[in-house]
Amino acid sequence: MIQDEVKFSDAALAEMQRYISHYPEGRQKSALLPLLHIAQAELGGWVSPEAMDKIAEILNIQPIEVYEVATFYTMFNLKPVGKHVLEVCRTGPCCLRGADELIDTLKRKLNIEEGETSADGMFTLKPVECLASCGTGPMLQVRELFYENLDSEARVDEFLATMRQTEHEIPTWAK
Amino acid sequence: MGLKILTEHINIPGIETLEVYRKHGGYKSVEKALKTMSPDEVVEEVKTSGLRGRGGAGFPAGMKWSFLAKPEGVPRYLVCNADESEPGTFKDRWYMEKNPHGLIEGMITSSYALGANTSYIYIRGELMFVLRILEKAIAEAYAAGLLGKNILGSGYDLDLHVAPGGGAYICGEETALLESLEGKRGNPRNKPPFPAVKGLFQSPTVVNNVETISSVPWIVNNGGAEYAKVGIGRSTGTKLISASGNINNPGVYEIELGVPVEEFIYSDEYCGGIWKGRQLKAVVPGGSSVPILPANLILKTAEGENRLMTYESLSDGGFVSGSMMGSGAFIVFDDQQCIVRNTWNYSRFYHHESCGQCSPCREGTGWMEKVLHRIEHGHGHQQDIDLLVSVAKQIEGNTICPLGDAAAWPVAAAIRHFRDEFEWHIKHPKEATAPGAVYRGQLDTVTA
Ligand SMILES: Cc1cc2nc3c(=O)[nH]c(=O)nc-3n(C[C@H](O)[C@H](O)[C@H](O)COP(=O)(O)O)c2cc1C
Ligand code: SF4
Ligand code: FES
Repeated sequence: MIQDEVKFSDAALAEMQRYISHYPEGRQKSALLPLLHIAQAELGGWVSPEAMDKIAEILNIQPIEVYEVATFYTMFNLKPVGKHVLEVCRTGPCCLRGADELIDTLKRKLNIEEGETSADGMFTLKPVECLASCGTGPMLQVRELFYENLDSEARVDEFLATMRQTEHEIPTWAK
Repeated sequence: MGLKILTEHINIPGIETLEVYRKHGGYKSVEKALKTMSPDEVVEEVKTSGLRGRGGAGFPAGMKWSFLAKPEGVPRYLVCNADESEPGTFKDRWYMEKNPHGLIEGMITSSYALGANTSYIYIRGELMFVLRILEKAIAEAYAAGLLGKNILGSGYDLDLHVAPGGGAYICGEETALLESLEGKRGNPRNKPPFPAVKGLFQSPTVVNNVETISSVPWIVNNGGAEYAKVGIGRSTGTKLISASGNINNPGVYEIELGVPVEEFIYSDEYCGGIWKGRQLKAVVPGGSSVPILPANLILKTAEGENRLMTYESLSDGGFVSGSMMGSGAFIVFDDQQCIVRNTWNYSRFYHHESCGQCSPCREGTGWMEKVLHRIEHGHGHQQDIDLLVSVAKQIEGNTICPLGDAAAWPVAAAIRHFRDEFEWHIKHPKEATAPGAVYRGQLDTVTA
């Protein structure tokens, strides 16, 4: 799939320039991770090769420099994803409080395996490692927000129902 | 109630705003340091305080600061490590979310001490909502003349920026962090040169944890000697503990170093005891990278002394019968938890997070995960336990960065203290893989 005509909004471009301005002359590449985050938030939750090329152009670096970084970090989705990516913590401390059960419940209710997107395109299930929320596990992240203490089927149902009604959280810079 | 150095005002409504923060004494240390102290005097106070790095290694902060190279005409940097990805650790996120000005004040005072005119807070990308809280607070500080040019008329300039990571545990390691901050893959650098000589943008750099930096204002305000009076021996001051697992009150607690472990687990002021009326089986006291201890050894040392929440007491007995303070992530296991499953889970984590640069780490973590997976799923062989021990040994000490050790130690410790549980899994695969099955033998030795 191609994100043809990658065009960032003025707000996104301004936010990108703000990050670039945080680094010394000639060190503009330092803003690469923030730029990938901004691109992903703008372009439906993933970054295509075209989007990465555009970022390379903005930073005045080689496209390969963007690809090698984007593939190293787990937060960047390099393939299309559902409307809401459920990043569920699967690490030890959360497992002590029911993370395995949460992942099983989500699989069953959405009828998908890890890494897959539900048939209605609404949810992608993406297990991730510890999110620094171990005291309130089991938990998951969607875009910028944490949903914690998902320790019963009722709470999961409630969460999914809310998400079905929820539009994407709009990043502050775009408001 | 112990002394609260970091959290005294943390529950005051509005403390995340500059106005309320200042009303409760906020930014006094900036005024005091910039107007009445030389940078070296600030470094001296931090040395005197005995404050040790709160990111995991526990290296004395003042000493680290005094190693910073100061060549003429080269900028120096302070970088705050807010990557917080060690499983079990959530204190920095909690602190920054509730009290962003506490960290910013520490960044200003510490940057002044080090002679840095640009500083960065590198925060893990998953915490974008915390980044926004920090940026809002930073904007307030700029507007009030606490950041930017000629801070409070002192002639000192400082710019402070927040940079998000992209999801990679290894970027908590300080040299990987610096690579990431330069917009690269998070591959740890070979040392030397150390960051104190060649760090960010090839310039002298200090990397410190959020909690370390946030402790500096109190030290400047009250003096290093006052700080050193709190705690026991070389474990001075207070520490934020992230308590998780099977306890009644998970959360972040600020303790004076020296609280007995037993009190920390069972007192209502802290963890509030084991949940659901169950028994204590084991504790990982310092984040997933440190050795696990069974109940009897976490409560008392091998000599039968009460174990205390200090760097020295938690590591008493070395790796034979002790563990480590680490990042202060206190993970509690009840008697229904399976050590084999947990060890496999952690080994999957380290395999997933290995940056892949050194073969012992890249291959070894993969092997450990594979072998632990087959034991946990009922396909283990009798030789597998020794195989794990030998793989762990081959990783240890043979890698560029300490992630290799961090992956090896927990496996070695789990086998050391719970070998019979591993053997039971291998000898009785059917029983061990039954839903909800837990080995109970080890609990006979528990004296809670
Ligand atoms: C694999 C690995 C992960 C680490 N993760 C963190 C982290 O998330 N936060 C942190 O402060 N230190 C982390 N550290 C320790 C840092 O390398 C460094 O020692 C620390 O930031 C120094 O700050 P301090 O002296 O104030 O503790 C990690 C180390 C390793 C080897
Ligand atoms: S020990 Fe592991 S994480 Fe560290 S540099 Fe080597 S391969 Fe990378
Ligand atoms: S283990 Fe899930 S947030 Fe830490």
